Amino acid sequence: MSAKTLYDKLWEDHLVRTDDDGTGLLYIDRHLVHEVTSPQAFEGLRLAGRQPWRADAVIATPDHNVPTTNRASGIEDPVARVQVETLDRNCVEFGITEFGMSDTRQGVVHVVGPEQGLVLPGMTVVCGDSHTSTHGALGALAFGIGTSEVEHVLATQCLIQKKSKSMRISIDGALGAGVTAKDIVLAIIGEIGTAGGTGYVIEFAGDAIRALSMEGRMTVCNMTIEAGARAGIVAVDDTTIEYVKGRPHAPAGEIWDEAVRFWRNLHTDAGAVFDREIHIDAAGIAPQVTWGTSPEMVVSVLDRVPDPEQESDSTKAEGMRRALDYMGLQAGTPIKDIPVDLVFIGSCTNGRIEDLRAAASIARGRKVAGNLVQALIVPGSGLVKAQAEKEGLDKIFIEAGFEWREPGCSMCLAMNADKLKPGQRCASTSNRNFEGRQGKGGRTHLVGPAMAAAAAIAGHFVDVRDL
Amino acid sequence: MEKFTKFYGIVAPLDRSNVDTDAIIPKQFLKSIKRSGFGPNLFDEWRYLDQGEPDKDCTGRPLNPEFILNDPRYRNASILLTRANFGCGSSREHAPWALADYGFRVIIAPSFADIFFNNCFKNGILPIVLKEETINYLFTEAIREKPIELGVDLSSQQLIVPAGEVLSFDVDPFRRHCLLEGLDDIGLTLQYRDEIRAFEAQRRKRAPWVF
Ligand code: SF4
Repeated sequence: MSAKTLYDKLWEDHLVRTDDDGTGLLYIDRHLVHEVTSPQAFEGLRLAGRQPWRADAVIATPDHNVPTTNRASGIEDPVARVQVETLDRNCVEFGITEFGMSDTRQGVVHVVGPEQGLVLPGMTVVCGDSHTSTHGALGALAFGIGTSEVEHVLATQCLIQKKSKSMRISIDGALGAGVTAKDIVLAIIGEIGTAGGTGYVIEFAGDAIRALSMEGRMTVCNMTIEAGARAGIVAVDDTTIEYVKGRPHAPAGEIWDEAVRFWRNLHTDAGAVFDREIHIDAAGIAPQVTWGTSPEMVVSVLDRVPDPEQESDSTKAEGMRRALDYMGLQAGTPIKDIPVDLVFIGSCTNGRIEDLRAAASIARGRKVAGNLVQALIVPGSGLVKAQAEKEGLDKIFIEAGFEWREPGCSMCLAMNADKLKPGQRCASTSNRNFEGRQGKGGRTHLVGPAMAAAAAIAGHFVDVRDL
Repeated sequence: MEKFTKFYGIVAPLDRSNVDTDAIIPKQFLKSIKRSGFGPNLFDEWRYLDQGEPDKDCTGRPLNPEFILNDPRYRNASILLTRANFGCGSSREHAPWALADYGFRVIIAPSFADIFFNNCFKNGILPIVLKEETINYLFTEAIREKPIELGVDLSSQQLIVPAGEVLSFDVDPFRRHCLLEGLDDIGLTLQYRDEIRAFEAQRRKRAPWVF
């Protein structure tokens, strides 16, 4: 048999049928649902008189709209409240398990899935959310879908898809001290661009990826979508299996052994051919900071804001000019001289326990700078929050002047009350720096959690390695 | 879904690359549990000078005179001409809902983001990929005093340019078929009900930990 990529294996393992033109019908093992992209899908089912094909494959939790303070008093915003209540009602009506707003297991759907063992290696995973790519870190084939497809998966347990092209990005060698998974993925996007992965499924490989924890791999896979790819995946190894072991929904006993035997095969065979291969030297990656309004507008913390006059492509130069204008930045300004007004640490990119530990290690015994309006810590889930509190991280943050909040998406997309005011500048551990993403007129700089904490302490960007 | 038929439409040129779904429909409108009514808030932050809110009536809001869709020439546009990586960002189907609700039936760009591209087909919008130089040519035409009209014929995969010239474009045959016939793919997939059941039973044996 010919050598296969991990993507080939996952694809073939879920193929119900293929049409003559290559369109595949793919079986979906796990379907994650949140309040924003599901109401119209459930309504569609209802109108057509359909039932979910397999309600037990679906798991729901509200995350985008939930408040991060004062949970007990419910959701103040009436429109958001209706949406969250609609999810609750739909889950009851269709027999779907939900971790509701008052459940400690509630959180950002992409933090909750792996944490519960609801996402396992070798699964196909979908969610009406682009950052579903996160779950590829477990050696699963995971991608975001639109609401029509949410309805399609609910009704049929399948998705109509064409196979993507394959790309392997190898991060060779070891990362320098203080350089994290977030810096890897931002550096990749800086290199290949936000459309560089369009049409591909990307496998992340190489020593530096192997050396990452599961949390770190999730951070990398999470932002695969910012590189334009349909999904990101990492081969299964001991780190994966250790992570899954003992989780509430992970198999146990004999089935566990059987599963592990199967999972051990979830890697690309030697000699398999990719449509595109990229190698990046890990030692060359420094802590990254975005300066513009697209994740590809990124430089190292040691650099300066780039100059559009130096850009030969006129459409690109125009985009840079617009971004600088929106961001209120001058070309040539050293990144370290940019002051910040707010800091947001959280999201499905960097809201896991390891991220909070990294931020706390910087915050410990220090104080948030006087020029900061707000520094928010929003754990990715109720269980992340509980774990952090067990380790005393909450106290470290609170003593340093950070706010310790309830889990949810929060200021990652500012659908709840946590948002930037026009002109405010934020160092954020989330994944998108689009215009208005964190509030109309708000200015977002994407960084890793330790870099965000360091910016909070200094009041401007600093190289976390100097602390 | 409505069938996609041959039609003529005015082209609105949106000269930006990487237009993301947050720009197409800002997040505060995602709180709606409906599928319709997003048109007035399409490109909300660029289109209006004030802050848009879900329950705010848009008729009296101050328009941004610099935004292209507010230019009277493009008022009745149904074809959006734009730049690379259109629709990047989130998976929100509210983006094509808003575009369709506003009146766009066709979007022409050198490239699209993957999930957005898929979502268009599910909502009767045809995304057309053309070469960069063709796009440049269409932009120079579309910004003239008098807006241009393009004819779109999906069955023959042709665009009819004002000069009478004909440009061809590619569409995935399955998607073209669904658009032309206005097919609901859930119905299509359920034709394979028995195959799905059989696959599932076999998977249950092979990987019992998944269930
Ligand atoms: S944390 Fe941000 S990116 Fe992640 S699911 Fe929530 S809104 Fe989307």
